[in-house]
Amino acid sequence: MYSEKVLDHFSNPRNVGEIEDADGVGEVGNPACGDMMTIYIKVDDGKLTNIKFKTFGCGAAIATSSMITEMAMGMTIEEALEITRDSVADALDGLPPVKLHCSNLAADGLHAAIEDYLKKKETGN
Amino acid sequence: MDHGATTRPDPEVVNAMLPFYDEFFGNASSLHSIGQEAAQALASSRKTVADLLGAEAGEIIFTSGGTESDNLALKGIAYLKKNKGKHIITSVIEHPAILNTCKYLGDMGYRITYVPVDDQGLVDPADVEDAVTDDTILISVMHANNEIGTIQPIEEISAIAHKHGVLVHTDAVQSVGKMPVNVDDLGVDMLSISAHKIYGPKGVGALYVRKGTRLQGLSQGGSHEMGKRAGTENIPGIVGMAKAVELARHRLDGDIKYLDNLRDTMIRKILDLIPESYLNGHPTKRLCNNVHVRFSYVEGESLLMMLDMKGVAVSTGSACSSKSLEPSHVLAALGIVPEEIHGNLRITLGHENTMDEVDYVVENLVDIVKKLRAMSPIAPKI
Repeated sequence: MYSEKVLDHFSNPRNVGEIEDADGVGEVGNPACGDMMTIYIKVDDGKLTNIKFKTFGCGAAIATSSMITEMAMGMTIEEALEITRDSVADALDGLPPVKLHCSNLAADGLHAAIEDYLKKKETGN
Repeated sequence: MDHGATTRPDPEVVNAMLPFYDEFFGNASSLHSIGQEAAQALASSRKTVADLLGAEAGEIIFTSGGTESDNLALKGIAYLKKNKGKHIITSVIEHPAILNTCKYLGDMGYRITYVPVDDQGLVDPADVEDAVTDDTILISVMHANNEIGTIQPIEEISAIAHKHGVLVHTDAVQSVGKMPVNVDDLGVDMLSISAHKIYGPKGVGALYVRKGTRLQGLSQGGSHEMGKRAGTENIPGIVGMAKAVELARHRLDGDIKYLDNLRDTMIRKILDLIPESYLNGHPTKRLCNNVHVRFSYVEGESLLMMLDMKGVAVSTGSACSSKSLEPSHVLAALGIVPEEIHGNLRITLGHENTMDEVDYVVENLVDIVKKLRAMSPIAPKI
């Protein structure tokens, strides 16, 4: 059902945790639906210098969360905003069709964290 | 530890079946001696299955499994009695083989009442009685639930049905082999069983139909199975089922005692060692091999996958694990809140499991829940 890469990221997820003084936090999903993700970013000079996540959900939800932290680490904000649900799934050598929508929250989570960062920067908080 | 899904056929079952694939390949309808060998095997298998249920051989119809038995019972009565009435009563926690057959009959113009269950999965017979109308032709309530293992008060439901002149069917696919199942004690008119849940082969089951109960067959053809199920009989499968039934009958008392102990130990250890873990289903009116638990803040498919990586096979009613992405209708019927409905596991034991394996599963489960909670944004920080 799942690719080797998904199983690897699921069983050894990278960058799990929280960032106390995060520059942006993105929260997507809903525990009632079975998937929820919170992603934390640190930004320095327009680049993502640290990314951490916490995810409640199925194997695909955890693997996509882990994958996107690896993909986006070191990217500029503009580059990170280019990451899509499909590119995360592709980086994991694909996801079962039924998982492509519900559990593939990572790109949404990362984008939400970046938006949070940009909003905070704009308002100066 | 997923014996509720299926079981490994007993070597004795496989050995009993093999000669009927080559040496005794006859058609039980043929009059020559090759055919008559098959006919004899069919007759003695029918007697074996009937004996397990306290029935007569002529009351057993062999089918392709539990799903077909359920379809035959419901549609067979519904079609035959359509001029007498079009109302059927069932429960909200039935197996899809019943629920979807009822839905189909509902689309065909029958009226279906789905009685609720309490938070431990029990049907209240009073709800069944309240639902009976002049139009009611059949009541179908499962003997034991396939997910949470709750055992229903079928005797009481049968008494109510017969008081009102209504037929009763029960799906006993999960209960046979795990508790005594006697059609007279239960008082049912029809009862479905399946071979592969009791260490028998897949693709074969049976429907018990009480003598004198008329039923319309669902496929047109020859007069096999007392005219109620056309098609050349699956003799190897039926012989395998009979062997599985014979073994189940022989092992029943020992299995119940053995599995009760494994089940209770596993439930107690899980609830003791894992904070915010809960038992789903009834604490005592429960199949001897069923452990169904839920854990706050984690999701069932992740639990299942991590156990799988440790060599343990279980199942879950989590939405994420189902093709429909809907959480289990059974757990929803218990009133479990949406936030908690996903973190459930069904562990169904079999007689080849050991106490060491129970300990192994519990130890791993403790670690896995801890690991997933550490990753979960909704878990309280420790």
